[in-house]
Amino acid sequence: MAEIIVEGLSHTYSAGTPFQKTAIENINLRIPQGQFVGLLGHTGSGKSTFVQHLNALLQPTSGRVLLDGEDINKDKKTRRDVKWKVGLVFQYPEYQLFEETVYADIGFGPKNMGLGKEEIDERVREAASFVGVEPELFEKSPLELSGGQKRRIAIAGVIAMRPGVLILDEPTAGLDPAGCRQIMDNICRYQRETGATVLIVSHNMDDAARLCERLIVFDHGGVVMDGTPEEVFSRPQELIQIGLAVPQSTAIAMALQEKGLALKGAVYTHEQLLMAVEAAKGAALC
Amino acid sequence: MLKDITLGQYFPGDSLIHKLDPRTKLIAVVLYIVALFQAKGWIGYGAVTLATLILMAISHISFGNIFKGLKPMLFIIVLTALLNIFYTTGTPVVEGWIITWEGIDRAVKMILRIVLLITGTFLLTYTTSPMALTDGLELLLNPLKKLHVPVHEMTIMMSMALRFIPTLIEETDKIMSAQKARGADFETGSLIQRAKALLPILVPLFVSAFRRADELAVAMESRCYHGGEGRTRMKQLHLAGRDYAALVVSALFLAGIIVLRHFGL
Repeated sequence: MAEIIVEGLSHTYSAGTPFQKTAIENINLRIPQGQFVGLLGHTGSGKSTFVQHLNALLQPTSGRVLLDGEDINKDKKTRRDVKWKVGLVFQYPEYQLFEETVYADIGFGPKNMGLGKEEIDERVREAASFVGVEPELFEKSPLELSGGQKRRIAIAGVIAMRPGVLILDEPTAGLDPAGCRQIMDNICRYQRETGATVLIVSHNMDDAARLCERLIVFDHGGVVMDGTPEEVFSRPQELIQIGLAVPQSTAIAMALQEKGLALKGAVYTHEQLLMAVEAAKGAALC
Repeated sequence: MLKDITLGQYFPGDSLIHKLDPRTKLIAVVLYIVALFQAKGWIGYGAVTLATLILMAISHISFGNIFKGLKPMLFIIVLTALLNIFYTTGTPVVEGWIITWEGIDRAVKMILRIVLLITGTFLLTYTTSPMALTDGLELLLNPLKKLHVPVHEMTIMMSMALRFIPTLIEETDKIMSAQKARGADFETGSLIQRAKALLPILVPLFVSAFRRADELAVAMESRCYHGGEGRTRMKQLHLAGRDYAALVVSALFLAGIIVLRHFGL
């Protein structure tokens, strides 16, 4: 239903000018439907450029992107239609709100799809309930709400297009802990209930470890690691080397190991840390 | 695509022109423009053109950069030329034509005048950073403070506006991408539809411009900014020997052009 295949994808900004800069080079990936993927990488590693190719906002310099076997850049129509199939939520999406009411803003995407009034209404209500926005807010101006509410409305604006693939670029940046948790819960619920593919660009390693079933690590415009959180976080030194953090539990485990406590296996959640420490304690007593 | 705008762009360098005091350059540009409008005959125009070419060579600004800046003016240049060719009375080029020798003469001079005018001002903005330019302007306009003209406030507004042009361009780019991701369409449809399609860009852009202005005002106040009264600057401007030399050369150049005009050249 929504499988993404990326073949030999490269993108060069301002090609042919002195400002030429290769942002991503030869990326090959297959993301099956329904997967919850985390994209990691420090600023300028090419992940933002990469995600903008998945809904044809940027056209590849070379290579192609297939959605369900069809090249999304085939012609103008597929390039436009892919925007509803692959929903992209930018960083700080609340800065894109512009309509007079919350209702109209969430309905902007569906309206662009050319849907009827009733269909739009149904989708706005559905999207609003996914992100926990009460219908009482519908007639308010989106500009007078709090930061967390604005963010959720902006995300609802993308969810209202019912995309089979939902991509979010740092959805929790700049929010308080409660707001972060709420947004991550909303996204998980959308994925669970619709079976959509979800890609999240994140700097929060604990979230990535806890929620994602697959992590893709970008560095210098290429994919350097691709695997389950267990596989990726069992190589913490490499992550630190390319300027990324590791989950808190992994950091504690590394510190303990440095002090001479032998821990076994990959540690990236609190539970694993506890178990590993218990096991090590048991081994030391024997 | 929005990144390609070259408006008052500054090309850092260390040529003699780059090193001149911004005040010198501002005065020289004024003298240059007066000279340009004093030029009457072909010799006068030739002298100004030659001077411009020499200045371009000294400042290492390429023809390509100048032409890039001229492009948006192309329409006005062509229109002026056409109007002059067709609406000047005199001896026709061919018996019965409305195109006259006088018309062609005037059209070419008009083109030269516009191109030289733009080139001259570009030489100023290409070789002077916006900060230096506003600093120089403020010092030059200082005497007006006696007449209670808010010179400092005006120049700081100017430098802020210049400072925020690239930021706003970047922001516009981002907002456009975000709305495109929601299926907004800026490229097709009638003129009215396209004008309406700009709303999703303009509203967020204005909102963020106001937010930025607010934040900037708070940031300035929290660093005790209170206007120009008793304010010293980090970079003191000093007129060096080369500045006086440049001013003398500019003044002599203007005088020369006026003399030429007197003789109808």
